[in-house]
Amino acid sequence: MTGTAKLIRLILRRDRIVLPLWILLFGLLGVGTYASFEGLFPTDAERIQFASVSTDNAGLVALYGLLQGDSLAVLTSWRVGFVPMVIGLAALLTVIRHTRADEEAGRTELLGATVVGRHAQLAAALIVTATASVLIGLLTFVSMAGKTGNTGGSLAFGAELTVSGLMFAAVAAITAQLTSSARSARSIAVVVLGVAYALRVGGDISAIGDGGLTWLSWVSPLGWVTHIFPYGPVNWWPVVMSVLAAAIATNVAVELRKVRDLGDGLVASRLGPANAPAGLGHPLGLAWRLHRGLLLGWTAGFALLGLIFGGVGGSVLDIAESNQGLTDIFDRLAGGNGAGQLLDSYFAGIAGTVGLIAACYGVQATLRLRDEETAGHAEAVLTTSVSRFAWAASHLLFALLGPALALFAEGLVSGLVATDGNFGRILGGTMLQLPAVWVLAGLTVLLFGLLPRLSLVAWAAPVICVLVLLVGQTLQASQWLLDISPFTHVPHLTGGTVSATPVITLLVVAAALAAAGLFGLRRRNLPD
Amino acid sequence: MTEAIDAEGLIKRFGQVAALDGLDLKVRTGEVHGFLGPNGAGKTTTIRILLGLMRHDGGRASLLGGDPWAQATELHKRLAYVPGDVTLWPSLTGGEVIDLLGRLRGGLDPARKKELLDRFELDPRKKGRTYSKGNRQKVALVAALASDVELLILDEPTSGLDPLMEEVFREVILQEKRRGDRTVLLSSHILAEVEALCDRLTIIREGRTVETGSLADLRHLTRTSIQAELSGPPDGLATMPGIHDFRTDNGKVRFDVDTDALEPALQTLVKVGVRSLVSQPPSLEELFLRQYQRSDEK
Ligand SMILES: Nc1ncnc2c1ncn2[C@@H]1O[C@H](COP(=O)(O)OP(=O)(O)O)[C@@H](O)[C@H]1O
Ligand SMILES: [Mg+2]
Repeated sequence: MTGTAKLIRLILRRDRIVLPLWILLFGLLGVGTYASFEGLFPTDAERIQFASVSTDNAGLVALYGLLQGDSLAVLTSWRVGFVPMVIGLAALLTVIRHTRADEEAGRTELLGATVVGRHAQLAAALIVTATASVLIGLLTFVSMAGKTGNTGGSLAFGAELTVSGLMFAAVAAITAQLTSSARSARSIAVVVLGVAYALRVGGDISAIGDGGLTWLSWVSPLGWVTHIFPYGPVNWWPVVMSVLAAAIATNVAVELRKVRDLGDGLVASRLGPANAPAGLGHPLGLAWRLHRGLLLGWTAGFALLGLIFGGVGGSVLDIAESNQGLTDIFDRLAGGNGAGQLLDSYFAGIAGTVGLIAACYGVQATLRLRDEETAGHAEAVLTTSVSRFAWAASHLLFALLGPALALFAEGLVSGLVATDGNFGRILGGTMLQLPAVWVLAGLTVLLFGLLPRLSLVAWAAPVICVLVLLVGQTLQASQWLLDISPFTHVPHLTGGTVSATPVITLLVVAAALAAAGLFGLRRRNLPD
Repeated sequence: MTEAIDAEGLIKRFGQVAALDGLDLKVRTGEVHGFLGPNGAGKTTTIRILLGLMRHDGGRASLLGGDPWAQATELHKRLAYVPGDVTLWPSLTGGEVIDLLGRLRGGLDPARKKELLDRFELDPRKKGRTYSKGNRQKVALVAALASDVELLILDEPTSGLDPLMEEVFREVILQEKRRGDRTVLLSSHILAEVEALCDRLTIIREGRTVETGSLADLRHLTRTSIQAELSGPPDGLATMPGIHDFRTDNGKVRFDVDTDALEPALQTLVKVGVRSLVSQPPSLEELFLRQYQRSDEK
């Protein structure tokens, strides 16, 4: 364990931008949602009606979990029910980044030569991630207790988010020992997360139906945490179970670390071809190899989202028949224009959400350029006959068209599943997000070209857009604040009148940002 | 074209720090040129400027007769580069990387690739992430040496190789040298390697060239160590010009002598009468040390 403190400082330095960002975002999401719900439900009657309809809605239960109660606080913690999964994702990515990814890059070997114990790296990564999870819980507890005055419930709410981080940090600690590749370790951990989510959905859907498969939720870590019901019938058992599970998994990881050598995985790595295939001889061929995993993963994920959102859309139609007040609420949830068409505003809202997720993909894929630079791979390619422009363009092709394909998959599937004859408008409305996605990708290119060391700040852009969307739901934000987000300017094809001007403006802005970035790239030191 | 690389008065600043401060480097076509300097001297920075990865703030640089910044892509077709810290794409195999880099440079000799893989005992089917530092270096070396190019730029290419592989590397470079149609710039701080391989060398320190020339040219700057057992007292030897660190013990003498004072010193020894004599040629190590002592004294 010697050297752990030193390694913790190193992690904090490397993550000094991303870590505070996700702590703040997840820690304040509860109170932000609460505030936006206050605006959404001016009267108790509206709120209670919304709750009673949502309780039995399969699509919403799939997304957020079971709803047990109808108070503002209960609705808030229910709506934040997808966040444990996102925190789990952030936690597992952080742990792998500071364990297996470092080991694969040879940085651990470097540290190994200094005075650092064998378990120090794993310990440091887990301590940092656990502390971040605790901070998220603490922030949630303090802000929600202040807002609701319910100390016990807020404590349970905070605990729900904290243990989610703890459990998936521990899962990642195990998968980091299994293979010698950070990418495989990441994939296995994400699959565990996905399976946990699927089991929870299965169990919860069964709970509002015949109840035969309710047990499924209890074999899923995500099922445990969404059964805490902080402001409803609080259940502390899942918290205890989660902490125990995290502790056991951490011990397993430590034992696995003991029986393997530095750099090795427990599962041996397979041999590959001795010669490159014909396609691997130009920058585009290389970019395809580097981006295809990302492309397939995101596209599959988006198709899944389409299935869920399209399915929920079907059940929204049932709600529509019941009440006009609810229609208005959904309209506001979607940041809608008061057109009053429930399904239209629902799909407009979904398109905006999906667009934001696609923007994350765009930023991530664009940042591959920076990854290639810092890893030293760019130097190898750029000292061959490949120009800087050709190199950047080969990656940007995937950063721009990848999100397009992912959005298409989501729009296609949800349009097909929704079965209301609106196929073209759902797909079109989804694709209309693309110019806004490209603006964020363009911003990333700009940073990469002109201020390469600040490239990671590009992640602030989607975060700000999410905050703008959340604030926008309360209808109290001033227009200039909303205008910061390019997604505010995307026309709603479903239920709105479409004008070409904002689309063209967004495209021009995206192109200008990217061009300025590429101009900077041509003139700067590389690596910088 | 007689100079493959011609840089004069290169200046490169990183913020306040001047990494290069008037560096000169001339490499003649067809020679193996050693580029020596301690860590942080500016070797990698110089190479990156020559490769158009970085722009210099002052001075002049030409590479294969062209402008390394403006004509980077065309010039790169004619050279191969092995960076000091080789990293490979984790999901590509070594063989794939070799082929890829070769094709990006404009062609690779498959027979030569196979020969080099054998000589370096490298398994090309392993994934990039599973190679050790030495093996990553071998991948980059094979890719560079199997490419059909006129100039090889190697930045501390043996820093991760074990002694056996270092020997293989030397043989391969000597083979290249015999072919005679390739220019090699070899940055290093392994002195024996430069001594064994290079026609000429440039020594730099703190971003400045301190010495340049052939090994023979630079030897005049060094001293030979002499130990001798004499039959009589070494009269006057201690005070002769060019003799340093003179010590005597019981009929035995030890001293260092400048190369141009070697002949008179030996004549004096012979006059006194020599029973035994050990002389040590100047190693590059000493040459290296002396350059730095000298510039410290300045
Ligand atoms: N990108 C950079 N930013 C700031 N300083 C740098 C950068 N690259 C190199 N330096 C500094 O320039 C000097 C020369 O470094 P380098 O060329 O790597 O030396 P060498 O290759 O001879 O060891 C060092 O002092 C190093 O710290
Ligand atoms: Mg160097």
